[in-house]
Amino acid sequence: MSATVASQSASHPQADAPTNYLTVTRGWRSWAYTLDHKRIGVMYLVAVLSSFLLGGIMALILRMELVTPKKLFLSEDLYNHMFTLHGAVMTFLFIIPSIPAALGNFLLPIMLGAKDLAFPRLNLASFYLWVVGAIFFLLAILLGGLDTGWTFYTPYSTTTNTSVIAATVGVFVLGFSSIFTGLNFIVTINTMRPPGMTWFKMPLFLWALYATSIIQVLATPVLAITLVLLAAERLLGIGVFDPKLGGDPVLFQHFFWFYSHPAVYIMILPAMGVISELISVFSRKHIFGYRFIAYSSIAIALLGFLVWGHHMFTSGQSQRAAIIFSALTFSVSIPSAIKVFNWLTTMYKGSIWLATPMCYALSFLFLFGIGGLTGLFLGALATDVHLHDTYFVVAHFHYVMMGGTLIAFLGGLHYWWPKMFGRMYHEGWAQLASLIIFIGFNLTFFPQFIMGSRGMPRRYARYDAEFQPYHVMSTAGAILLGLGLLLCALVLLHSLRRGRKAPANPWGGATLEWHCASPPPLENFATAPTVGDPYDFDDVVYKGEEEGYVFEPKPQPAKREAQPEPATV
Amino acid sequence: MFSSWASSMLFAQSEGGTLFFTPPASTVAPAVDSLFYFIFWISTFFFVLIVGLMVLFVLKYRRRPGVDAQKTAHHNMLLEAAWSIIPALLLVVIFVEGVLGYLDLRNPPDEAYEIRVTGRKWSWAFQYPNGHVENHLHVPAGRPVRLLMTSEDVIHSVFIPAFRVKMDVVPERYTKVWFEATTPGTYRLYCAEYCGTEHSNMVADVVVHEPGEFEAWLEDASNFLDKMPPAEAGKLLYERRGCIQCHTTDGTPKAGPSFRGTFGSEQALADGTTVKVDENYIRESILEPLTKVRAGYRPVMPTYRGQLKDAEISAIIEFIKSLK
Repeated sequence: MSATVASQSASHPQADAPTNYLTVTRGWRSWAYTLDHKRIGVMYLVAVLSSFLLGGIMALILRMELVTPKKLFLSEDLYNHMFTLHGAVMTFLFIIPSIPAALGNFLLPIMLGAKDLAFPRLNLASFYLWVVGAIFFLLAILLGGLDTGWTFYTPYSTTTNTSVIAATVGVFVLGFSSIFTGLNFIVTINTMRPPGMTWFKMPLFLWALYATSIIQVLATPVLAITLVLLAAERLLGIGVFDPKLGGDPVLFQHFFWFYSHPAVYIMILPAMGVISELISVFSRKHIFGYRFIAYSSIAIALLGFLVWGHHMFTSGQSQRAAIIFSALTFSVSIPSAIKVFNWLTTMYKGSIWLATPMCYALSFLFLFGIGGLTGLFLGALATDVHLHDTYFVVAHFHYVMMGGTLIAFLGGLHYWWPKMFGRMYHEGWAQLASLIIFIGFNLTFFPQFIMGSRGMPRRYARYDAEFQPYHVMSTAGAILLGLGLLLCALVLLHSLRRGRKAPANPWGGATLEWHCASPPPLENFATAPTVGDPYDFDDVVYKGEEEGYVFEPKPQPAKREAQPEPATV
Repeated sequence: MFSSWASSMLFAQSEGGTLFFTPPASTVAPAVDSLFYFIFWISTFFFVLIVGLMVLFVLKYRRRPGVDAQKTAHHNMLLEAAWSIIPALLLVVIFVEGVLGYLDLRNPPDEAYEIRVTGRKWSWAFQYPNGHVENHLHVPAGRPVRLLMTSEDVIHSVFIPAFRVKMDVVPERYTKVWFEATTPGTYRLYCAEYCGTEHSNMVADVVVHEPGEFEAWLEDASNFLDKMPPAEAGKLLYERRGCIQCHTTDGTPKAGPSFRGTFGSEQALADGTTVKVDENYIRESILEPLTKVRAGYRPVMPTYRGQLKDAEISAIIEFIKSLK
């Protein structure tokens, strides 16, 4: 009955299936009322992937419409509703919760060798807040329509007769879900690290989640306050943003980006954390420059609060403010560059295994490289004035958000999939999907840089005929990208029924989640695992009969890295 | 800057432009383009470096049976400091160039020719010093032009790609942008800040006149009332002064009723009474639009008192009369 045998039974795949978190109880109630961080993580996963599907379908509809300069099948109003829905769903319902809420929830306690998060009830409450917020938000958009763009700029948003209030209430509720999750993660990491796991022995994924949580807790309240002010203006006629009532429309942009720029780092930091894990494990190399990577996460989190003004270089803000924001913007690019160089050096002289997660990690380096470098054009004032609000910006943030976060999310999903569901997917098909996604992505978004700098403004339902070739390329890419993602989904879903049973450690990871069975038992660990260096692979040995790796402490001298207090030299 | 030669070598010149740019048509444009290509080549260098090393490592250190990863240092302060500091120095250069170019973009010379710009959903009105208003922007080549801009409703943004300039147009506030066009021709002006339904149709032409020909054009254009039949002049005013955004001429209602076939008819008003659409009703509706609102329409029309001269109102009335 008890699941305590799980950690041993991982080495006996033929034995009676041990109970794990998926099978320990049954029925929908056991999921709806669960306090298990793993089940909540899986529920988040289903929720964010559903959101991604919705946002993705919108994206395809938009790209179809843009094949021709004139109307194909969407009226201007419908197009505007569609791009608002796409942006809002992808931002608030997919990217922000994707890695932290889905993968983070599942993995954070296990990587700490713990049974659960510090506040399991708060965790479930966060999930339900997310669900309520999401349903509210979607109903508002689908029933009343929303055509403000995901940015809700005033005074447009205070004067349009669509359901702005209902949608902002939805975002408000989603914000609290995000705050609670962040709080939970911070407390858990601060108080529940196992003996021996000092701050600098934490896996870098946890550093990234920690930095992300700080931003979630500090920045999200500002969004909530802003949305309350927006609602107050519309309902009570209090002049905050609407100049007709004595307000300042540009003030809204300051408030909005004070949250939404840090939110960009809520999206990308966890992705960087995933990549740090993948590159190290699949190169079988200790991560290079651990402290620089860890500190750079914190540096990004803090500096990220100081650069919001770079969204407003053409808003009429003072020249002095623009210059200061430009300088701060460049400073935040350094920590990202450091991470990229550290990842590369980690691969040097490694033993690089091009399994699917690593394919996504390499894809990330390529795409995030373009996304990050094109940020330089937008941080520099003279070029930003021209490029602002064109497709160049659209391409830039898709390279960062999608090429960065989505690709890292997919990499992480393929990496931890065997742990989460106990099944291996088909390597060949999964790699093919990652390749199609990579090609489709570049075909979709690279032409957008060119048409953007040639003058194509964003959020245009109709456009001048000279831009059509780029739009056609982009739409062709979007179809390919959609097919790649579909294949990826099919491969993963297929594995749930037909995939071979996953070993406890299929990739040779050294972090604690690979010490427990796949899928983990309800309480994760029967006995507290010993904490070593999360990037020392000497003790992780491949066993053919397991079709995976096992932890085999080396007899004598090899332990020098993992032992903090070497008795003998 | 030194990068521009390289860009022109790499990319086939398309109508005098480059892969990323249409030909520059203002005095500040070449500086923007060369900064763009300066960043472009720095980015290309680092991108090739990163992806090149990545591919090299993947090929060279691909996992092979029996060959384990080699031990290397876990960190190297010198190396890490180097790749923090060297890019940082390059960023300082980019930042400074960006600021210098930006100050040029933002601060017009004193003697600039001023055109007042009004953005409204969803058209532009460009008003010249003599009071003449057009929907398209006409400017002289070789002379600095300053646009003094405001919006009647939501935030819009003036974006002229050929000049590499952009500035938001904010309600209840003036913003400014300046440029000096270099090459006569016709270019595009886009609204770059999302503003609702017809955002993507809120575009205008920018006509750059040969030096010396602009004044003649303005003189000629300003006298259209004297030189055209009133109904034709009224049609021009209908298009230029924004009536067209809410009133169609084909019978379909938009935010306001269509002009077609209304003259001489009896129409129901929102307060339940009726009105005969004659010259006086049209005049009143232009100057006091909220006193007699047609049934089925919201009271949203702004007044044109002080904006249209009597002769212009008469021309518009003639135009509406002509729409049988």
